[in-house]
Amino acid sequence: MSILLNKNTPVIVQGFTGRIGSFHAEEMKAYGTNVVGGVTPGKGGSTHLGLPVFNTVKGAVAETGAEASIVFVPPPFAADSIMEAADAGIKYCVCITDGIPSQDMMRVKRYMRRYKKEDRMILTGPNCAGTITPGEAMMGIMPGSIYIPGRVGVVGRSGTLGYEAASQMKARGIGVSTSVGIGGDPINGFSFKDVLELFEQDPDTDAVVMIGEIGGPQEAEAAEWARAHMKKPLLAYVAGLSAPKGKRMGHAGAIVSAFGESAQEKVEIIREAGHTIIPHPAAFGETVESVLSGKKVAA
Amino acid sequence: MDIHEYQAKELLATHGIRMPRGGLAYSPEQAAYRATEIGGEAWVVKAQIHSGARGKAGGIILCKSDNEVASAAERLLGQKLVTHQTGPGGKLINRLYIEETVPIERELYLGFVLDRKEERIMIVASSSGGMEIEQIAEQEPDSLVRASVDPGLGMQQFQAREIAFGLGLDGALIGKAVDTILGCYRVFRDFDASMLEINPLVVSKGEVIALDCKMSFDENALFRRPEISELRDKSQEDPRETFASDRGLSYVGLDGEIGCIINGAGLAMATLDMIKLEGGEPANFLDIGGGASPERVAKSFRAVLQDKNVKVILVNIFAGINRCDWVAEGVVKAIEEVGVNMPLIVRLSGTKVDEGKAILREKAPSVITADTLKDAAVAAVAALKSAQRSAA
Repeated sequence: MSILLNKNTPVIVQGFTGRIGSFHAEEMKAYGTNVVGGVTPGKGGSTHLGLPVFNTVKGAVAETGAEASIVFVPPPFAADSIMEAADAGIKYCVCITDGIPSQDMMRVKRYMRRYKKEDRMILTGPNCAGTITPGEAMMGIMPGSIYIPGRVGVVGRSGTLGYEAASQMKARGIGVSTSVGIGGDPINGFSFKDVLELFEQDPDTDAVVMIGEIGGPQEAEAAEWARAHMKKPLLAYVAGLSAPKGKRMGHAGAIVSAFGESAQEKVEIIREAGHTIIPHPAAFGETVESVLSGKKVAA
Repeated sequence: MDIHEYQAKELLATHGIRMPRGGLAYSPEQAAYRATEIGGEAWVVKAQIHSGARGKAGGIILCKSDNEVASAAERLLGQKLVTHQTGPGGKLINRLYIEETVPIERELYLGFVLDRKEERIMIVASSSGGMEIEQIAEQEPDSLVRASVDPGLGMQQFQAREIAFGLGLDGALIGKAVDTILGCYRVFRDFDASMLEINPLVVSKGEVIALDCKMSFDENALFRRPEISELRDKSQEDPRETFASDRGLSYVGLDGEIGCIINGAGLAMATLDMIKLEGGEPANFLDIGGGASPERVAKSFRAVLQDKNVKVILVNIFAGINRCDWVAEGVVKAIEEVGVNMPLIVRLSGTKVDEGKAILREKAPSVITADTLKDAAVAAVAALKSAQRSAA
């Protein structure tokens, strides 16, 4: 078991026939993902990478029974593509696209609220590396080889920092149940807290690593939620201790603009909520190992 | 992206917001001419830099004659104004805004920001204008009035009315404040702003007037706002950052000596943290992005070497959609074409790592390689300390 994605999940690719969509669709297939087709408006009816191409997400869902979608559509059109997926009955959507305007994402979030919670599509991203359930399937752009199957859930904003964490864990023989990228944008789909809720309910996840960064309220909100509702150990790292105030550190959302948004303040809030702090980015492996073996970890 | 006060006011004027009459000047003569043109008996000469708190820093000067205007302009133009928002280097004043003075009966605050928690546009207003919002929040929290607007639905009349009444306005001023608030909201929405602040918004002779205005924009939306992109003033940016952004690199200048070239924003921030933990100071944040070609890597070296404080360079790549062999080729290219006369530490991991390491061994034997993030940071700090010792 895992969250969000497994080897049976039928996946379509939006922006399928583009250079980036094609490349990653092949990588995902090679990893074992059940890719069933793709969508490129105007190219419906053709075949690409041996799979059917559809004009609309609705058409793809009707023909293939797709339940999940990964979006590689360029920024000006990406918000529209996410809403199209939500409307077509896709259950889980990963948006990789970096550079979507914030107001477009606000519109997406509002649009998704028109569906009842139980029917509402789950969105992770945009501006993320995607989601992988090691050994089963991936919807994303990560190198699959750095993950081994296991029982630690990972959720983070950054792709490459997530790779760093996974490879440190792999070096110690620690595997991952599912790794979820929620992306580096200020307005995104699932928040840290939303993903923690799924991990808490997943019988095959024993502990969760949360990889946060400067900017926004989500790490603090997740830490508070976990204090009251999470029985599994939560370990957290927050990147950007050396980031100056008011400067955007690469990600559109990585900017300290209000109280509680600096790495130091977030670390303090998470520690105060009783969770384990991973003290520096070279300590993912050792900290997770100590927590799993039940050793007391000095935070 | 930030713009100047006068540019923000031009945008506000297109949506009916009232403000004092004013004009732009690039020289003392032009400043005096603007004052004459505007008329009246007193003017303010306002330094146009991308920062708030200009008044306290001496960037806003009240003048009673056109001679005074000219000499104030003389004093300000070409100077760097240091405010508590600019950092110690300050920002260059190369244009001035000359404005008529208006009698002030009340000073209010009006701000629009992206609310990341509610995922909406938040409007904050206060009857205690003139102070910075952080100060108001601390000292006069009861004066704050808020509204939250979903851009999918737009701002409603009643929301603006609630703010106007909340500010303690009455009579004909209510309608005028409502028009001002709704106008500002439309400016925010129509131009994809990320921040709009009018401080102070004043009541003067029965009118509601924007005395100052600050705006920032969502850089992800600039592709559809060419009129905003045109307002960029590179003289207000860190020249290192301009050099990098002109080459499509995501770069932030810092104060240390270890130049950094990394892929991914999160890993880049984490690497800076690691350098600091090991006792070094990073010179910059730089994310080369995904799928970086050897050319792009070489360009990154050029950007990092713009900073003359850099004594050591650290390259940290965890390749997913990047390729370590391309990065290694880029490192070789940089050594050959750009010239890297300082210790260079390279850590490669992920896609095509063995090929990348082989290229470095063969073509760039002087490079110090590291296998882990920690080893890379330790090596960079050690190289810096040894460079500093031999310099001393």
